[in-house]
Amino acid sequence: MEKNWPLWEIFVRSKNGLEHRHFGSLHAADAEMALENARDVYTRRSEGVSIWVVESKNITASNPENNGELFEPAQDKIYRHPTFYTLPDEIKHM
Amino acid sequence: MKTNLYNYILELADNCLIGGQRLGELCGHGPSLETDIACTNISLDLFGQTRSYFQYAADIKGGDATEDSIAFLRYEREYKNVLLVEQPNRDFAYTIARQYLFDVFHLLLLEKLQFSQDMTLSAIAKKSIKEVSYHVRFSGDWVKRLGDGTEESHEKMQAAIDGLWTYTNELFEVTEEAKALAEQGIGVDVSKLKETYYQNVTSLLQEATLTVPESKYFQKGGKAGIHTEHMGYLLADMQYMQRAYPNMNW
Repeated sequence: MEKNWPLWEIFVRSKNGLEHRHFGSLHAADAEMALENARDVYTRRSEGVSIWVVESKNITASNPENNGELFEPAQDKIYRHPTFYTLPDEIKHM
Repeated sequence: MKTNLYNYILELADNCLIGGQRLGELCGHGPSLETDIACTNISLDLFGQTRSYFQYAADIKGGDATEDSIAFLRYEREYKNVLLVEQPNRDFAYTIARQYLFDVFHLLLLEKLQFSQDMTLSAIAKKSIKEVSYHVRFSGDWVKRLGDGTEESHEKMQAAIDGLWTYTNELFEVTEEAKALAEQGIGVDVSKLKETYYQNVTSLLQEATLTVPESKYFQKGGKAGIHTEHMGYLLADMQYMQRAYPNMNW
């Protein structure tokens, strides 16, 4: 048996209508315990109405070493932002 | 003053106060961050319930009585909590066993107390039921995890259940004031909860692959103010600030 409990990522929806947001991580032996722990660690000041837990190992993250090829190509393509249109004054709230 | 009602409120509240104080000792000392905060959350729930009871008791007592004076300035013999809740945190299994053996009783009690003819007691019970339902779930889950876990956790859990079993029967002892108030529909006749209690506990212990102790020798005395040797140390710790700096506030 492993000595340490696996790590879980905790997502909490703070209000109905909002999306679940990443709140942090904690240790738990299984999903049920992760939910109970998340309830105690992250929602004790009534921060939430719904909790998702995902074992951290199931998350595939991008490698910071690849940030160059992943993200830099977008930096010089400012035309992908819709900032070159002049909007008539009558159109508000764009 | 309604002496019966006052004493009965202390009987209800002291279990929450002393049990909460025991759990609070784990603050910063729990086996892991997650269980540490879970135990102290439960402790805070119990203190919240204690405050509601003591505010009511202070009203009944009148004079300069406050929730704080009732909580902190009584002598050991004046506390009416059952012996179970004052038992120390020998290890995490003991903490969990004590909590579970109390939580099952606590929930059964509140489920009856919510129908009390006394509106304040009924309101406190209704509010507390949600909290205590979670307490039973938390402690019950842990009894199962440790009982049905590794060989070592099983042994420790069994030792804790065996060690605390002798304090369970006192939960169902009916004091004079409780009897009088139960007849008026204000208090709960706890002797009637006994059968369901032992059924619930037995079925969970079996699920946790634990052996239900067969001992028929039970300790009692807490409700009459006669406590185990652990109580004095607990009170010394709990009352220190109010005794050293009377009337101090945060």
